[in-house]
Amino acid sequence: MRRVVVTGMGLVTPLGGDVETTWSNILAGRSGAAPITRFDASEHKCRIACEVKPADHEFGFDASKRVDHKIQRQVDPFIVYGIDAAGQALEHAGLTEMSEAERLRAGCSIGAGIGGLPGIESESLVLANKGPGRVSPHFVHGRLINLVSGQVSIKYGLMGPNHAVVTACSTGAHSIGDAARMIKDDDADVMLAGGAESTICPIGIAGFAQARALSTAFNDEPQRASRPYDKARDGFVMGEGAGVVVLEEYERAKARGATIYAEVIGYGLSGDAYHVTAPHPEGSGAFRSMEMALRKSGLSPADIDYINAHGTSTPLGDELELGAVRRLFGDAISGVSMSSTKSAIGHLLGGAGAVESIFCILAMRDQIVPPTLNLDDPSDGCEGVDLVPHKAKKREVRAVLNNSFGFGGTNASLIMRKPED
Amino acid sequence: MSDTAERVKKIVVEHLGVEADKVTEDASFIDDLGADSLDIVELVMAFEEEFGVEIPDDAAEKISTVADAIKYIEENKG
Repeated sequence: MRRVVVTGMGLVTPLGGDVETTWSNILAGRSGAAPITRFDASEHKCRIACEVKPADHEFGFDASKRVDHKIQRQVDPFIVYGIDAAGQALEHAGLTEMSEAERLRAGCSIGAGIGGLPGIESESLVLANKGPGRVSPHFVHGRLINLVSGQVSIKYGLMGPNHAVVTACSTGAHSIGDAARMIKDDDADVMLAGGAESTICPIGIAGFAQARALSTAFNDEPQRASRPYDKARDGFVMGEGAGVVVLEEYERAKARGATIYAEVIGYGLSGDAYHVTAPHPEGSGAFRSMEMALRKSGLSPADIDYINAHGTSTPLGDELELGAVRRLFGDAISGVSMSSTKSAIGHLLGGAGAVESIFCILAMRDQIVPPTLNLDDPSDGCEGVDLVPHKAKKREVRAVLNNSFGFGGTNASLIMRKPED
Repeated sequence: MSDTAERVKKIVVEHLGVEADKVTEDASFIDDLGADSLDIVELVMAFEEEFGVEIPDDAAEKISTVADAIKYIEENKG
């Protein structure tokens, strides 16, 4: 059977324009939350977000490093973030100079949950105010979800499968899982896989706020707003950015002497079949998704040392996920650490599962688990589980589980393990 | 250089992300400045906005160099 390993990573997040800056800020317990600067949010119920910072900021992102000026002007920010993260991952893997034969076997699976909402909003205003003749000719292909995969394939000449998942907040995890299967099924040898998102715009913030999904109680203390598992939590904080990994067939990676960061060994998917926004009250979809990933991995719960939770900081979701983990893990729950990095970078929606998978891989690389910030007063039902409050924790990390759940009741779980020495 | 030429060149530099010294009057948008057909649609829209002219599709199709654009605008602006 063909095995799939991770040989490269790229990140654009509210805590850094690259992997190492982001990770060191995550481990230091920093938060990327702040008042919204992209637009005047003074009339909005939610006035905070985890924005990707400008290039001149200490943790900023410089789009001009990897994305042409012309493309930056034509496309929505999620595509810019995705192109950059994909470029980082290819550079990290040492695969920017592949032969034509290699590129025929290399593809992209980089999705988004929503796509180019800021551009849809602004061009709709152009249409309304100035008429159809002023709508940008780049409007459509600058907003489409599959245009991260499209742009990346054009930039790097990747002629293998060109795929883009759209499963709301499960997108990043599904993207990696689907791409790993493409390598297993011999459709490709190398896949750039991940997710990107950028919806910090008036219609995006208003829409999620009206759905009662966003935190609105901490507008004056943004860094305290994302607080998964804490009693005072009242919704998620919107983040933005991208995460992309290079997945590679194991024998190929070994033969070229690539550094292997992780092996993807389990992928589970399920549907809640319950409600468009509310999770199933017994967490049954989450349970079945994790159970499938575990079965595929061949591991037992006691083999898993770290779970990067979906844990968005919404009142309903966090404990249901924890309950499902508890049922799946049984007594092994006492040996696992489970944290939500959404406490630091907010919820990257379609990017979340990919960014958080990278945090899982780094946890294995560095043998340290990232913290859940703001967990001052855990909710009832959190007893007996190490939720890594406030501070990163050194510990053995042999295998990891990453959960992502999305609107529509779509669930994805990934299990990865440390490469064999 | 005329005021129109200056403003046209500024728009071209901004939209196509090219160095200002490459935007000579005889430069072809497609062959010399890396534009594609949609970039030209966007440039024409920007010229229309900037100069308050209307450039119909059949006229736009004939604009292939920087000089073509300047000439059309000079002849048609209000």
